[in-house]
Amino acid sequence: MQKIIKIASSIIIIFILVVFYLSLNRSTDYNTENIVGKKLTQIKLESFENKNFFTNETFKRNNFTLINFWASWCAPCRAEHPLLMELSRQKNLKILGVNFKDKKINASNFLKSLGNPYHYLAKDEQGKQSINFGIYGIPESILIDKEFTIIKKFVGPLNIADLNEIKTITNSL
Amino acid sequence: MKFKIILTIILVNFYSNVFSGDIVDENKIHKNLRCLVCQGQSISDSNSEFAITLKMVVRDLVDQGKSEKEIYNFLSDKYGDWILYKPKLNFGNFLLWFLPYFVLFIGGLIILYLIRKNTKNT
Repeated sequence: MQKIIKIASSIIIIFILVVFYLSLNRSTDYNTENIVGKKLTQIKLESFENKNFFTNETFKRNNFTLINFWASWCAPCRAEHPLLMELSRQKNLKILGVNFKDKKINASNFLKSLGNPYHYLAKDEQGKQSINFGIYGIPESILIDKEFTIIKKFVGPLNIADLNEIKTITNSL
Repeated sequence: MKFKIILTIILVNFYSNVFSGDIVDENKIHKNLRCLVCQGQSISDSNSEFAITLKMVVRDLVDQGKSEKEIYNFLSDKYGDWILYKPKLNFGNFLLWFLPYFVLFIGGLIILYLIRKNTKNT
C-alpha cells in the first residue's frame, strides 16, 4: 500500500508540474481559430443609406465577400483604408463595410476624403450586430465565400501580408 | 401543527424553486462571461465598450426568451469557449472537471489505509 501511495503522490506531483509548464507557456490571447470554417447563417444588417437590410440573400452571388468593421473615429481603420481601396478592385471580391458605433456625418466625411472601397455599406449603431460576427474590437475583417463559410478572420488593421493572402484566395477561383 | 407548518414551508420552497427555474438571471450570466478586451474581468465587472455591448445583447436574448444555456451556446459559437468562465464539459477539459474527485478518492483511500494501520497497531 505504501508503494501505491508513493506512486499516486508522484503521479499527482508530475501532473501538476506538467499542467503548470503547459499553461505558463501557452498564449492566453484570444484567437479566432474557432470561428474559421463556420457559416454566417443569419446576416441582417441595416443599410447605411436607408432603412433596407442586407441579408444572406444580398451576398449569395458573390464568390467572396470581405466584411469589414470600421469607424471614422478609429485610427487603425484609417491606416488600413488604402489596402481596402486596392482590394475593392479585385475581380472575385465584394466588400461589405459595417460602420460601427459612429456618427453618420463623420462616417460620410471619412469616405469622402479617403474614398469608398465598399460595394455594400451597412451600419451597426449600437454595436450589437458585431456580436453576431464574433467581433470584439475594430477594425476587424471576415472573409467569407459563396456558402457564407468563414475562410479567414483578420483582427486589427489589414496589412500587406493580409492583402496578398486575400488576393491569393480570391484569385484561386 | 408543527408538522403542517414544516410541510407548508417545504411546499412553498419547492414551488418557488420550480417557478424560479424559468427566470433567467442576467447578473449570473454577466459574471460567467469573460470580457475579452480586459485583464481577468467578467463583463459584470467591466465598463468597456465590449462589455457594455455584450450586456445589451444578453438583455435582448433574455427578452427573446432564450435560456441561460442557449445564451452561452450562442456566445461560445461566436467567440469560442474562452468567453465562458465556467467551460462546458468536453474531452479537452475532462481532467479539469474530474481530477478533484479523483484526488479526493485517492486521498480517502490513503486516510482509510492509515486508520486501519493504526487500529491494527493498537
